[in-house]
This record gives sequence, structure tokens and C-alpha cells, in this order.
Amino acid sequence: MNWKYRIEKAIIYILLILSVSPITLGYLWLLISSFSRKTEGLRSLGWTLGNWSFLSAPPFGRNYASIWLVTLNTLLVALTMTAIVVLVSSLAGYALSRMKFTGRKTFLSLTLILHAFPSVTLLIPIYFVLRWISKIPLVGRGMPLIGGFGFNTIGGVALVMVAFQLPFGIWIMKGFFDNISWDMERSALIDGASRFQVWRQIMMPNIKPGMASLAIFAFIYGWNAYLIPFTFTIGRAGKTAVLSVYLQNFQGDTVMTNWNMVTAVGLFQLIPVMLFFIFTQKYLLNIYGGGAKGGA
Amino acid sequence: MKIELKNLTKKFGAVTAISRINLDIKDGEFVAFLGPSGCGKTTTLLMVAGIYKPTEGDIIFDETRVNNFPPKDRDIGMVFQSYALYPHMTVFQNLTYPLLLKKRPKKEMKREAHYVSDMMGIEELLNRKPGQLSGGQQQRVALGRALIKKPKLLLFDEPLSNLDARLRISMRGEIKKLQKDLGITSIYVTHDQIEALTMADRIAVIKEGVLQAYTDPEDLHDRPKTLFIAEFIGNPPMNLFDVEIQSEGGKLVANLGDGVKFVILDSRKPKKTVKGRVRMGIRPQDIHIDSKEGFDTRVFLVEPMGRDDLVVCKAGNVDVHFLVDPIMRLKMEDSIKLRFDMKKSQFFDTETELSLLWA
Repeated sequence: MNWKYRIEKAIIYILLILSVSPITLGYLWLLISSFSRKTEGLRSLGWTLGNWSFLSAPPFGRNYASIWLVTLNTLLVALTMTAIVVLVSSLAGYALSRMKFTGRKTFLSLTLILHAFPSVTLLIPIYFVLRWISKIPLVGRGMPLIGGFGFNTIGGVALVMVAFQLPFGIWIMKGFFDNISWDMERSALIDGASRFQVWRQIMMPNIKPGMASLAIFAFIYGWNAYLIPFTFTIGRAGKTAVLSVYLQNFQGDTVMTNWNMVTAVGLFQLIPVMLFFIFTQKYLLNIYGGGAKGGA
Repeated sequence: MKIELKNLTKKFGAVTAISRINLDIKDGEFVAFLGPSGCGKTTTLLMVAGIYKPTEGDIIFDETRVNNFPPKDRDIGMVFQSYALYPHMTVFQNLTYPLLLKKRPKKEMKREAHYVSDMMGIEELLNRKPGQLSGGQQQRVALGRALIKKPKLLLFDEPLSNLDARLRISMRGEIKKLQKDLGITSIYVTHDQIEALTMADRIAVIKEGVLQAYTDPEDLHDRPKTLFIAEFIGNPPMNLFDVEIQSEGGKLVANLGDGVKFVILDSRKPKKTVKGRVRMGIRPQDIHIDSKEGFDTRVFLVEPMGRDDLVVCKAGNVDVHFLVDPIMRLKMEDSIKLRFDMKKSQFFDTETELSLLWA
């Protein structure tokens, strides 16, 4: 190993470290300031656990929902949405990848357009749709846990986000199905499977990595969503608030914003996403040693 | 099971992939569909399997028209070029999947899996996944899976194309023996003429969706009905020349030009007494070096092929390919005399490309 080689390596490392430092420093600051009374840059001016008091008592008074209810709401929104998106996308993706039907091409291009559609423009019409769904007994607002699918319910918020996420999900899943050889499906049909059995027993196990990555995308999208939950629930103080909306309670009131507590709540919101990623990333890396060797 | 294809036609939109194919397969017969890539042989096979629906025509199994039967009701087994094993299942699960779908008891599945894996020599692999097997092993599993439900018809879609040359030769023999032992009617799709010639009882040659010939390997090789078959069958390929048919002293003569002429034998006289240009064909193994008869030429190129040397000479302006014993040690620029064995000559119409002897 000569000097020239070492210098070259060093330059590469320095460039890489410089380019990732804004992100890592950001997280570092988040971590430090959530445990500090005050910070000066990355320097803590006195450590404390006081910022995490929101875990036991709501900092804004009794009228506000507890952080645990808010976390549960967020989890329900994200999980409901993930479940529906993965199920519907894998069914639709299979149909679009494998079946011939009238309007297939139109449907594909429409979903692509929908994917690019600015969701803000639809907020008002969707509000009316959700108000209307609210009037349906049971489905509207009488369901346990998710409340229903109407206005100001967890299910309603999840449903709207599903609609915005589906075009993306369908295209992703279609891509995964496209990569599975036709021969495998034909083989299963000849072995005596029905079309549904082919989907259940042959196709689904082979697109697990695809489903996992879509689930991760959907979950993170659902967990972090702000605009839709904010618009379709009665806001930050309600029983249906989610974490991103809850964070807003810190701002804009007559009192000064306690930024250190904001970072603590932010970190709190970040933890489940990190955990979720750690447990699902092996699926992302899990690439099957396929049954085809150099085959078409 | 007897199989009959009647006027079988398949169109994909405006493109006709298969045009009015008629053929019958006897019970227990091994038939090969032979043709270049994209000629429609796999399309035909997939119609027999029930994956594609024919646009026109009928597929008849024994006496039943099965056009509208789904694949699972056709009692068939199929082996694919890509093996098409299920990567998430073990070899055992792959083998028994057809039985699982038929809701057979566990005991029977185990028994049959052992019987089949013993037959295919894959018993010790039952607990592995397809990703851990070699190409040859995967192909055996695929074959076992096709056989386990004891189908009445076996379909092969270029099953040996992804294997290396040596394995291909041994699998060729194994498949043929297995087919004869079990007596299952089989259709074997391939673009490799050697596979077709060595394995099949009868060969259907398909070109651009049209059936060119349907006959046994020997007939196909010795009496090609069209120019396409003559070019496609045989290795090294047949020599083809443009010749002028002339009458000389009461005898018919094929004139290659530049003073090279061949006397046409009565047994090989073109059907229509054509005078003028035709295509003459002669196989490399039917051209011999002779000391007395024949025309003079020089060796242009020698390609050693192991058992034989493939030699290229010029006859007028055209290349003549033929085989000689390497013991002769021919070198480039050697002067030789070449004699064509006219008992083996072929003649084709230049326009219709049909044989003037057999069509």
C-alpha cells in the first residue's frame, strides 16, 4: 500500500463523510437537545429528562388527548392503511401483470396520472365524501378501534391515504409480478391449480420481498402523514389526533415554543419507524435463489 | 392417449402465429415439434396444454374435444425450459404439489414422491430448495413433478436447452428411455434437430406457423419435401447449388457452370421434366474424393471436427462442403478430384421451394 493509494482513499472518505454529515448531525442534534434544558449548537447546557414528561402527563392540560392515545391512533392509521394497501396492491398488481381484460392499458395510465395528481386539490371534495360516509350507520362512525370510515375517524383518514398510496403500490407490485416467469405460473396451472391458488400458493410467496418493501413504504407514509389527518379530523386537540398533528400543539399558542420538548416528541415518533425498518430490512435483502437458472 | 390437431390456428391480434396445423399422434408415440425460434412450435404446445385457446380448429384427446378444458382437466404433465420449479418450496413439496392440489392423502404423497425421486435419482435432494440444485438436478425435479400424477400426455418445451452439452446428451437418452418404458404419449418441442432426430418417433417440422412435414426422422433426412427441411435437417448442412438442367446425348445433366457437370440418374430424375434453373442439393457425406472420376478443384479450407475434417472447396464460384477422414491429411491448396454421389442428390424448384423428387 503506497502513499498515493492512501491519499486517494482518504480523499474519498472525507468527501463521503462531508456529504452525509448534514443528515447525521441533524439526528445527533435531535438526540442531544431532547435530553437537554438548552443547547448551543451541538453543546448541551445542562442535561435533563424533563422534556420527556409528556409521556406521563399531557403538557397542554386535561382537554388534550394523552400521548399514548395519540400513538395508538397513529399506529392504527399506519397499520390499517398498510394492510389495505398491500392487500389491494398485490391483487390489482397480479391482475394487471397477468390478465388480459378490457381497459387494462387505460387503467394503468390512469393510475400513473393519479400518482402524479396533487392531493391538495382533492381535499375539499374528499371532505364532502367523508361527511357523507359518516351518515352510513356502523360503517360511518360506529366501528370499534378505528371508529369507522367517515369524517373524524381513524378509518376515514386511513382510507383517504390508501387512495393516495394505491397507484404507487399497484405499480410496485405489478413490477414484482412482471419479474416472475410465466413458466412458473403455467406450470402451476398444469399441475392443477386454479387461478386463485396460483396467486395464493405460488405467486405470493415469491413476492414477499416486494410486499415487505411496499409495507415499509406504506407504513412510514402513514406514520408520518400530516396534511390528511389534519384535514379530516377535528384537529390537534381531538381524540383522533395523530403524532404529527399532536406536535403542532407546541406551536403558535401564546406561550413560547419549548423546542427541546418538540425534539423529544419527534424522537419518540421516530423510534417505531426505526424499529419497523430493522425488523423488515431482512426481507428487503432477502432475494430468493430462484428456481430458474438462466431461463427466460 | 391419442391426440389429434385439426386445422389448429392461433392468432395474436393481427399476427397469425399458427396456421391450420393438422396432425395426429398415436397412443404412446414420441413426437417432436422442430423449427427455428419463433416458428410457433411452443404456441402449439401451449394450446395442447390449455394455456392458450385456439383461434380456430380443434384439439382432440382420444375422442373428446378439449378446446375449452382448463389445463388441470387435461391430464397432462409439462417440463419447461426454465424448469419452472417453485423456489419457495423444497424438492419434496415441488414434486408433490400436483398431488396436494388433488387433495391426496399425505401417505400417498410420500410414497409417490419416493417412487418418482428414486426413478429420477434425486432421492437425497428431497429436503433441498431449487436454488441449491444444479441445472441438471433441477431438470430432473421438473421431470419428476410432471410424472408424479401419472399423466396421459407429457409435454416438453425445450427441456434440455439450458444444460451443458454433455449433460444434454445423457438426459436425451434418459428421457427417451423413460418415455418408452412408461409408454406415455409425448410431445417434445425443440429447435435442435439432433434432439429431434435422435429422440422422436415422428417429427413435425414447423416454419413460420405452417407445418412443413410430419414424418419419421429417416424420411425427413433422406427425402426432404421442401428446401427449408433440406437446409434445416442434417449436420453439417446440405450443400445447395443453382444448376441448369440440360439434355446431353439423351441424358439429363445438371450444369453447375465453369464446365462442372453432373449426370442425373434415372432414379433421381426431377418429376417435372424441367429444363432450366433448379436448386440441387447434396449432403457433405455424399461427396467423395476420387482419383479417376469427378471435377478438379483445390482445397480452400480444412476444419478439423474430431472424427471428420470438414473441407471447403470451390466449384466454379460456389463453396462445396464435404467430410473426409482426417487420415488423408488434406491441406489448403491441395489439388483433388471430387465426385458427387448422384444417388443421393436432391432437386428443388427455385420458386416454390418444393422438392422435385418427393413433394
